Amino acid sequence: MNIVVCIKRTPDTETKIRLGDDGKSIDPGGVKYIISPYDEFAIEAALQVTEEGDGGEVTLVSLGGDDTPETLRQGLAMGAHKAVHLKGDADLDGLATARALQAELETMDVPLVLFGMKSADVDQQQVGPMVATLMDRPCATGVSEFEVGDGVVTCQREVEGGTEVLELDLPAVVTMTKGKVEPRYASLKGIMAAKRKPMEEKEAQTGEPRLTVRKLAYPPERPEGRVVGEGPEAVPELVRLLREEAKAL
Amino acid sequence: MGDVLAIVEQREGKLRGVSGEVVSAAGKLASGLGGSLRALLVGGPGAGEAAGDLGRFGAETIRVAESEDLAAYNPQGYARVVADEIRSGDFAGVLFAATSQGKDLAPRVAALLDVPLASDVTELEVEEGTVVAVRPVYSGKAFATVEFGDSPALVSIRPNVFAAQEKAGAGTVETFQPEGVDPGSWSVRLKEFKAAAGETKDVAEAPVVVSGGRGMKGPENWNLLEDLQTALGSDAALGASRAVVDAGWRPHAEQVGQTGKTVAPKLYFALGISGAIQHLAGMRTAQTIVAVNKDPDAPIFQVADYGIVGDLFEVVPRLTEAVRELKEGD
Repeated sequence: MNIVVCIKRTPDTETKIRLGDDGKSIDPGGVKYIISPYDEFAIEAALQVTEEGDGGEVTLVSLGGDDTPETLRQGLAMGAHKAVHLKGDADLDGLATARALQAELETMDVPLVLFGMKSADVDQQQVGPMVATLMDRPCATGVSEFEVGDGVVTCQREVEGGTEVLELDLPAVVTMTKGKVEPRYASLKGIMAAKRKPMEEKEAQTGEPRLTVRKLAYPPERPEGRVVGEGPEAVPELVRLLREEAKAL
Repeated sequence: MGDVLAIVEQREGKLRGVSGEVVSAAGKLASGLGGSLRALLVGGPGAGEAAGDLGRFGAETIRVAESEDLAAYNPQGYARVVADEIRSGDFAGVLFAATSQGKDLAPRVAALLDVPLASDVTELEVEEGTVVAVRPVYSGKAFATVEFGDSPALVSIRPNVFAAQEKAGAGTVETFQPEGVDPGSWSVRLKEFKAAAGETKDVAEAPVVVSGGRGMKGPENWNLLEDLQTALGSDAALGASRAVVDAGWRPHAEQVGQTGKTVAPKLYFALGISGAIQHLAGMRTAQTIVAVNKDPDAPIFQVADYGIVGDLFEVVPRLTEAVRELKEGD
């Protein structure tokens, strides 16, 4: 089965974020960029389907700026077969991103489109279900595992207090969270092979974003940390402070 | 014109705890915009019985869409009902809870209506008659102030951040049968719900979180945290650091931080958690943070309001005992 995985280039989660001079974006200097971790779960899931089933190809699609091909190559090195770079940037506007992806996906005939549940940068958790709705396809979000059956995909979705088992008719859209399997590392052979894999470049049709950042700020400062004491002897004082000062107990 | 709609959730006919927060936040927005406040609940027959309770948070009109086929959440079924309700009014804002249901539903509604959505919002203001939202980005390492270029502004709010405020007066409940509910046309179906063991609150919604890290040394020691959780009462949930989830000691559902859940409880216990940057991002908006760690240089102490340097296997049982005594004294 052919599968499309939509991925995004985001700062490494270990990266310290510094604000840029424009007050609206981050300073990219010194930031290491990676495939958003949730998107790696999606790539891994897609590769496993094509490896275990009747074959098929995994196509990566990514909307982003000029550095995006580097990120797509990382996904190709994991084992994806080809990539499409949609040149553009919709920043925070999930619907504008979704429209650009929809335009591309409609030119492809794929039964399954995977996303990461959220991106590690803007963290909106929107684009997958928006694409599905625009394309009138079923979607399951936050899926830890799925199984492709006859004309359907059965998904395990983590929700508060348990797991939902959802059955989606194909063609379908699934957004992935962390499951039992860890995304594979690219092998040296994979990295070499990725250089020769096809990558298309197209202008993205994002339109005018309608959700825009006016200001970016550091999180509110927390008061300086305070050590109450050492060992179990400090517990009574901790409990007193929690009750009387923090009013948390 | 400046009306606001609050989308509230039920599960098995009971209102979700976060509903009061959504209605209160929507009410504040409505008064800022000079409009009225409506709430919408979608559920099965009899869902309206629980809905009257929303009046005490200031909902003037409480609309209840009742249908046998909508007793459990269905993305396609619910999205249509919510989108129709929004079209029926002249709303400047629509608020969802950023729960697993709200995060699934809101993007679909936004796509159906072709309006922008800001997710997981932690502050809402009205400026010059329009809605402005603040939301964490980079998993809480920065906060973005965002503007909406279209109306209504769709927003999902992070649980535990907005206060549920009771007001005098009661709302009017209007129960109706939504049109166009056609399960035969749905291409996504709920086959089964597997409840997690125990009836504990989800870590993303609980007001109190007891989290364990690698310092716990192994999954067999979690009874220590469960005892503290029990002593703290039914509001407390268990959390975990990425390291212990990766090691397979705890389920991913409990993971706090980037690639896990972002939490904002009133009280957060970080026990044997050193405080990697990804973990701090996921819990730094907690109101009060308590840390127990044997390494005095652990980064967690920089954000902990109250820290104890010591062996958690000695400190935590003592803490549990003290909390238990305190609660018994209440």
